[in-house]
This record gives sequence, structure tokens and C-alpha cells, in this order.
Amino acid sequence: MEDPGSLRELAVRVRLDVLEMIRAAGSGHPGGSLSLVELLVHLYFRRMSVRPEEPRWEGRDRLILSKGHACPALYSVLARRGYFDPEVLLSLRKLDSPLQGHPDMRKLPGLDASTGSLGQGLSTACGMARGLRLSGTDAHVYCVLGDGELQEGSVWEAAMSGRTAALGGLTAIVDRNGVQLDGRVDELKPLEPLRDKWEAFGWTVLDCDGHDFGSIHKAFEQRGSVSGPAVILARTTKGKGVSFMEDTCLWHGGCPDEEEYARAVSEIRGEEVAHG
Amino acid sequence: MGEPGLRPTREGYADGLLEAGRRDPRVVVLDADVSRSIGSMRFAEAFPGRAFNVGISEQDMMSQAAGLALAGYVPFLSTYGVFVAGRAWDQMRTSVCYMELDVKVGGAHAGVSVGPDGATHQALEDVAITRVLPGMRVLAPADAPQTRAAVLEALRVPGPVYIRFGRNPVPVLHDEDVEVRLGRGDLMRQGSHVSLVAAGVMVAEALKAAESLSRRGVEADVINMVSVKPLDEDLLLSRLRETGCAVVAQDHQAAAGLFGAVAELCARRLPVPLEPVAVEDSFGTSGTPAEVRRRYGLTAEGVEKAALKALERKG
Repeated sequence: MEDPGSLRELAVRVRLDVLEMIRAAGSGHPGGSLSLVELLVHLYFRRMSVRPEEPRWEGRDRLILSKGHACPALYSVLARRGYFDPEVLLSLRKLDSPLQGHPDMRKLPGLDASTGSLGQGLSTACGMARGLRLSGTDAHVYCVLGDGELQEGSVWEAAMSGRTAALGGLTAIVDRNGVQLDGRVDELKPLEPLRDKWEAFGWTVLDCDGHDFGSIHKAFEQRGSVSGPAVILARTTKGKGVSFMEDTCLWHGGCPDEEEYARAVSEIRGEEVAHG
Repeated sequence: MGEPGLRPTREGYADGLLEAGRRDPRVVVLDADVSRSIGSMRFAEAFPGRAFNVGISEQDMMSQAAGLALAGYVPFLSTYGVFVAGRAWDQMRTSVCYMELDVKVGGAHAGVSVGPDGATHQALEDVAITRVLPGMRVLAPADAPQTRAAVLEALRVPGPVYIRFGRNPVPVLHDEDVEVRLGRGDLMRQGSHVSLVAAGVMVAEALKAAESLSRRGVEADVINMVSVKPLDEDLLLSRLRETGCAVVAQDHQAAAGLFGAVAELCARRLPVPLEPVAVEDSFGTSGTPAEVRRRYGLTAEGVEKAALKALERKG
């Protein structure tokens, strides 16, 4: 894999953006945004065929962030990829901002769908993949789901469709951070055996360490060699990079105060120093 | 003109899909298992590569339609109105209306007129919960030709449209080449004393009621309000200024249906006595369509009684 060093620098940049945006907004979802950073950086900087200067280019690969509340991470990645001026990031959640509290594709070019109500994105992705196949393009559709989101029954309606439609142009990515708003996913409504569930629904199941660019790269490369729908179960840590936000439901939603923010930034910058 | 022939509006829906498929290669059709009942299987037979039956999963169907629209297609999806509007409502809200997508939703089995299947299958709230969605437009055609035309109108206009139609044969009131336009009602008969505003199966009943009222010396308008949203406000206001009172008839809950829509308009612009002929905060029941409609007063007699009441209130 080329240049993981610069990807790690990007991941640090995105984490700083996420915290700064949420701090400026006064609210947001830091936990599930920080768990997604490496996956989104990999997708937009190494995997997806896109044209930031032509966001509606028909041949582009698409990404649906079904767990829409993690949009600060996506907004940052899109800005850093060149879709819009990073200055705009600080307008997150403010009146008339294109950066709505949950993604609104009508307000922000570069978003491939509006999301926020959990459990809908995978069906939308199935329909999109069907449509792209029907029109003869080989664009790929990526759909990012939260693991808590898998408690929505509609996800499994979509999972059944993915198989019957034999959608080779569709990859689901599960951000398996193990924590939802009210507590631990496997205490509220357990998902395991999760690999077996997806396999039983006819999907090829791959996994990776969702914070290790090498591991992520390998999983997506493997995906390329299998046909039909595939899901990547990415082991992640909610709140990754900020010790007091890690692996707790208390930072699913919320805004750090001044002291917490300073500490979070210095921890993430420490990461930067360690990798620099 | 003799007695009109009878045809189910669902046949008009399927006719419309076929014609839409011939006119526009972007048209695709999604079903959730009941395509034999609705007639949309005829589209699947004619255009097999452009029809997707997702099984009994309405939520999946709604969001997949959104995905197909995002990929440049114009999906028509349909199942019984209770399920397509009710169960998949959140998908219709976020994945279709919020994204302003070109998705057309067909709601079959409208109203208690479904008959023997009973309350679970009689859509009585579908207009209320679709018309409240920002950007959604709602068509409730009166007969098979108008339902076919409603499908073609939905194809013509960009953005989401809900089309409501029924299971059982109803009088054919229009020629095959009738047109439907969003925001346009049809003044089928002009009177001066009272306006009968109706949609769907109640249009034929309103026409019968107008005949009967005329024999008593009461001259009634009959307005077929096929476009429930947007309402034909100009037509309604101009007629109500003349007649000064109205009956609003629909095989649907009175609350937030066509009655609600007309009442909202009149409350803002022209307060006049309005009498509903609709289901009043109740579920339906089994029985033949005629029996059940009588039980809920959804008949020409019901419209006539309501007209007399409206006239009395007008004074």
C-alpha cells in the first residue's frame, strides 16, 4: 500500500476537524464520528473513483452514510478531499449551513444521499446499485452502517434484497464500535454471531481493524475478488483517539467543554507527533 | 347517456404503468408481492428487466425506489395503501420527500370500498399521512381512465407523487383520453346552491346525489377534486363564493383527508359551512363493498343528506 504515513496525517487532521466542528456547533456526535475516520479516509483518498470538482459526475462511485449522525467525519473528509472549502466546516449545525446536523444532499454537493433516520441507507444503496447496473455503468456503491443500526429490522430486509439481486456493485461497511446511545450494543440487543447472520443472508463477510490502514486496504482488496454483495465488519473504537471518549456511550452525543476540548486536541496531536 | 360501465381503478393504474413504460425508458416498477392483485405484474411481463419484486418488505421497496431515482430512474412502487403509506412512511419522508426524488407511490385498496378484506386492508388514513409530507403531491382519481391519466401525470411532473386507487369496479365516468393535471379539479356539473366536492369512488355518488337534489329543486355543483394536493384552490374558492356551502366526500377519514384539506383552505380564505361525507374516527369492517359503504354513509343518499344539512346551516 502506498503512503500510509500521509493517510495517518489525514486521519489526525479529520479528527481535529471533527472536534473543532462539534465544539463550534455546541453539539454533535463525536463518538461515532471518531470511530469512522480511517474508513472514510481510505474510501475517499484511496478507494473511490470520484471527481470533487464535478460532484454529480455520473460515473462516480457512491457512498451512503446510513449512520448519518457521524456526518462530521464525512464533512471533514469531503472538505479535505477538495469538495468544498474547509472554512465551511465550522458552520456545522448552524442556520443556513450546508452542513446540516444530519446529511442533506440537497444542501451539500458531494453527498450521495440524505440520511439520518437509521435503517434506510442499505435499501437505498441496493436500489442505487440496481440502477447503476441497469444503466450499464460499473460504479460501486458503498454503504456505511453503525452496528447499533443493525438492530433496525429494515436493514435485514435490505440484506435479503442484496442477495436476491446479486449486487456485485454493493459493499456494506459496518462500523462495529460496540456502543450505542444508551449503552453497549451487545447488552441492549445483541448482534452476535454477526458474521453468521450476514453469511446466512447470502453476503460475503470480510473483516478488518477499522483503525489500521493496512488492514482496511487488505479487506477492500479482498472484496474486489469476490462477486455478489459483500460486507466488511470493521472493528473500531467509539471515540477513537480521545481517551475519555473511547468505548463509552457517554460521548455518543455531546460537546466537549473548553478543558475537555484542549485535552482532546492535545491527545490527537500527540498521535500526530508519534506518527510524524 | 345510459348507465356507465364498471371497471376497477386498479386496472387504470396498471394501464398507466404500461403506457408510462412505453413512453419513457427510465420508468421502472417495484412491487412488494401483491403485483397480481394490483395488476402491476402486467408491467413486469412487458418489461421484465425493469420490474423488481422485493417480496413482502415495503420499507425496503420505498428506499430501493429512492436509490433507483438517485441512479436516474423514475420508479413507480405500489402495494396496498395501508402498508405503502403507513409502514413505509418514514422511508417516504426521509428517503423520498426529503431528497425531493422522482419517486411515484401507488396506494391500492383505498377506503372501506375494499369490502370483505376488512379494516386491516382498507386504507383510510393514507391521504392524511401522505399529503402532510413536504413536497409530496396526492392524486385521487375517480375511475379507471382517470387513474391511468394520473399515472401519466405523475410521470410528467418531477418529484414525488402519491396515487390512490381502489380494488372494486366503479362507474367509468371519463373517456380513455381524459387528462389529469396536478392542482386542477374538474367541475363536472355546475349548480348554484351547494358544491359537492368529491374524490375517488365518491365522485360517482356525488353525481347521483346531484341528480336527486335537482329533482327537489336544489342545484348542486359536482367538483371532482382528483388533485387533493395541491388543491385546485381557484376552482374551489370561485365556486364556493357562489354556492356558499359545500359537502366534501371521500372514502377516507374526515380528519386530514380531502375534508381536512378543504376545511384548511376555507378556514384561511373563505369560511363557509362544510359537511363531511367520510369515515369519522373509526376503522372499517368486513362486508360487501356496497354494504360497508352504506354502513359508513358513503353513498349518494349520504351526500344528499349532508347537502341538505349544509344548506340549512347556510340559512
